[in-house]
Amino acid sequence: MAELLDATDRRIVNALQGGFPLCDEPFRSVAEPLGLSESELLARLRAMLAQGVLSRFGPMFQVERLGGAHLLAALAVAEADFERVAALVNSLPEVAHNYRREHALNMWFVLATETPAAIAVAVAELERLTGLAVHAFPKEREYFVEMRLQA
Amino acid sequence: MLATQAGLPLVPKPYHALAAELGMSAAEVQRRLAKMLESGLIRRIGAVPNHYALGYTANGMSVWDVADDRVDALGERVGALAFVTHCYRRPRQLPAWRYNLFAMVHGAHRAEVEAQVGRIAALLGADSRAHEVLYSTRILKKTGLRLAG
Repeated sequence: MAELLDATDRRIVNALQGGFPLCDEPFRSVAEPLGLSESELLARLRAMLAQGVLSRFGPMFQVERLGGAHLLAALAVAEADFERVAALVNSLPEVAHNYRREHALNMWFVLATETPAAIAVAVAELERLTGLAVHAFPKEREYFVEMRLQA
Repeated sequence: MLATQAGLPLVPKPYHALAAELGMSAAEVQRRLAKMLESGLIRRIGAVPNHYALGYTANGMSVWDVADDRVDALGERVGALAFVTHCYRRPRQLPAWRYNLFAMVHGAHRAEVEAQVGRIAALLGADSRAHEVLYSTRILKKTGLRLAG
């Protein structure tokens, strides 16, 4: 999909991953240094959102600071049982992301709930549903990262 | 916050559009967003790219076993590498899981991820007692953040 982006789109993605101004006409002020008109910038952002190149445009919240709770957890699932267990795990609304990874622990997912207590409830529910031990990897500390991808 | 959950309106005056929706002035919307940025509640405002759409299709969770009294100093240095998108300390689960430092690495293909993991290994040197890279091979579920009202 990367080839959907032309050089201008790439400049937009690289330039606008943060620092969007809090002023009355912010798109106008960031369009100018990119050599674009405000309407062209808005049209390109709309197109990139529609294509899924951007998942969103706006404030990125630090979810833990909102009072919600998160947990990275993993299961070791037998290959023959993988699809059934994936469907069970995905059926919980608390499961936000779920990835298959190459390892004995082959299913890694993130639980997101409004309270820490609800995390424990979801873990117990997952163990009951799947009959497997949930390996919990709570975040003990987060190290600073830039989090900017080069388009 | 809820008003911006789906993103900023893509109109010439987005804060005015939000203000109209929220029944406050545009200046008040800007002031509140500035305050949330300052407090860290908002990490940043701007474009949130989709890794896969940008061609970052190889995604490796590199996990490292480093001494507990060294992990914080080293974690800061690993997190500062440009290609590391998340870096956390997490508990070991002995004997099954010996790793306490997690660094997420993205690349266009596995060879690129492996080269980046090699740079982390070089940075950690003898402080890394063991490591593995867990590649994701399938997205089983991915839902956006939902905030309760």
